[in-house]
Amino acid sequence: MGTLISRHWSTLSSGLLCSAPLFILLGLGFFGPLALVVLYSVQPRGSFSPFGTPTLENYIDIIEQTFYLSFGWSLLLAIISTAILLLICYPLALTIKRHSGTVANILTLLVIAPLFVAENIRLQGWVLFFDKSGFLDGGLNYLFGFGPGSLVNNVPAIVFGMVYVYLPFMLFPILLGLSNVPADVREAALDLGASRWRIFRDIEIPLAMPGILIGSLLCFVISLGAFSEAKFLGKGVIVTIAQDIESAFTFGQNWPRGSALAVLLIILAGTAVFLAMRRIDLNKMLGSR
Amino acid sequence: MTDSVLFRRLARSYLAFILVLMYVPMLIVALASTSKSRFFVFPVRRYDMKWYENTFSSLQIHDGFLTSLTVAFCVALISVVLALFGALAYARHDWRGKSFFQQILLVPVFFPQSVLGLALQLWFNSFGVVMSWQATVFAQLVWIAPIVTLIMAIQAFGYDASVEEAAGDLGASRWQIFRDITIPLLGPGIFSGFMFAVLLSWGNFPLAYFTSGADVTIPEWLYGKMIGGYTPMVPAVGFLSVLAGALALGIGFSLQALLARRKNR
Repeated sequence: MGTLISRHWSTLSSGLLCSAPLFILLGLGFFGPLALVVLYSVQPRGSFSPFGTPTLENYIDIIEQTFYLSFGWSLLLAIISTAILLLICYPLALTIKRHSGTVANILTLLVIAPLFVAENIRLQGWVLFFDKSGFLDGGLNYLFGFGPGSLVNNVPAIVFGMVYVYLPFMLFPILLGLSNVPADVREAALDLGASRWRIFRDIEIPLAMPGILIGSLLCFVISLGAFSEAKFLGKGVIVTIAQDIESAFTFGQNWPRGSALAVLLIILAGTAVFLAMRRIDLNKMLGSR
Repeated sequence: MTDSVLFRRLARSYLAFILVLMYVPMLIVALASTSKSRFFVFPVRRYDMKWYENTFSSLQIHDGFLTSLTVAFCVALISVVLALFGALAYARHDWRGKSFFQQILLVPVFFPQSVLGLALQLWFNSFGVVMSWQATVFAQLVWIAPIVTLIMAIQAFGYDASVEEAAGDLGASRWQIFRDITIPLLGPGIFSGFMFAVLLSWGNFPLAYFTSGADVTIPEWLYGKMIGGYTPMVPAVGFLSVLAGALALGIGFSLQALLARRKNR
C-alpha cells in the first residue's frame, strides 16, 4: 500500500514537473494578457489604465455603432472559407493517402511547406497574379487580345486568399484523421457489397471525424481573426473585425474599445472551440495505443 | 480498391493542380522581382537585377534578416527544450492533470494571432517591458512551443516505454535513462520540432508586428512596404526569404537522412 502511494506520487510529480515550464509560459504569455484585455474592456472610454471604475460603456458603444457589420463579415468569411476548404481538402487528403508512405509524406510536405512563407509574400504574389495587367490579365491580353481586367478588390478575392492561406491547416488534421480508417475495414465493407457512398457515409466519415472537426475548427478560428487577406486582396471593400480591433488600438488610441471588441471575438471563437473539443479524443488522434 | 482509369487520372490531376496552385504566388513573386519597371506589368518588357543589388546593399534589410534569424533560432531553441519535457508530460507520464494540460496547450494554437499580439502588447506595456526582438521571441513562444510539443508528443506516443522501465530495473539512474534512451528515441521528433519552430517563426507576422517595437523582422518590413508603396524590392526580398526557408528545409532533411543512414549501418 505504501509503495503504491509513493509510486503514484512520483508519477504525478514527474508529469507535473515536466509540464510546469509550459504552464508558466502560458500563464505569463497567454492567460495573463487575456485577463488584462478583459480588465481593459470594462474601463471608461480612452482610458490607459486597467484599474479605473468598471463600466460597460464600451460594450454599449459597440452595440449602438455599426460594428455588427465587421462581425458579420468576419463570421461569413470564416464560415464560407471553412466550408470550401472542407470540400477541397477531403478529396485531396484521400488522394494523398492512396500513395505509399514515403510518397504520401513528401506530397504532404509539399502542400504544407508554403505555410513557412510569410503570409504577406504569398498574398502579394496573388495580387500581382490577379491585378489589372498582372500575370493573368496581362498574359491573356498578350495571347488573345482581351483579359478580365482587375480581379482583386472584391469579396470573392478575399475568400480565395483565405482558402489559399489556410489550406494546410485543414489538410493536415484531415490526413491525421484519415489514418484512423484502416484499409482492411474499407475492403471488408466493399467485399460485403457496400457502395462507395455507403462506405464514405458509414465508415470513412465517422472514423475520420476527429480530424475533420479539428481542421474545420482551426480554419474557422484563424479566419475569424484574419485581416491581411481583406487588406491586400480586398483593398478595403470590407472591414473585418480584426482590422477594427487593430485600428481601435492604433489610430483610435481607444484601448478599452479595442479590448471589448477583442473580448467579443474571443467569446465567439471560444464557443466554437468549446463545442467541438468536447467531441474529440486527442490521445487517440495523435496515435496513443 | 478497384478504380477506373478515369477516376485515377482525375485524382492525379486534382493533386497536381493543387500542388501547382500552392506555389503560384512564389513564382509570380520571383518573376516580379526581375522586372525593370517600378510597377509589375506582364509580360515583363525588360528584365533587370538592380532590385536585388538594392536589396543586398540596403542596411535596413540586412538588419531585418539578422533580426528574423536571431528570433527564429532563439524561439526554436527554447521551444524544443520546453516541448521535450512537455511532450513527456503529454504522452508518457500518467498524472492527474494530464487531460487538462492536453486541452490547455491547444488553446493558444486555436487563437487569432492578431488578438494575441495586441493582448501581449498591452501586457508588456503595463509592466514597462520595452518592445524589442526579445519581446517577440516571448510572444512567438506562446504560439510555437505548444505546436512543437504536439509534434514531439506524436513521437513520444509512438515509442515503446517498456525500454525505459527495463533500464530502470537494471539500475540505470533517471538521468542516464533520459540521456541514453529518451533523447535518442525522441530524436526525430526533436529534429522536426526544431525545423517547424524555425520556419514558423521565420514566416510569422502578426505576433512580431505588435511586439517588436523598433526592431523590424522581414515579414514586418514587407508589410510596411506593401502598405506604404510597392517597389520590386518587395518581391525581391520576399523571394530571397522564400529561398532561405527552402534552403533551411532542404539542409535539414538531408541532414536527417544522412544521420538515419549512418545509424542503420
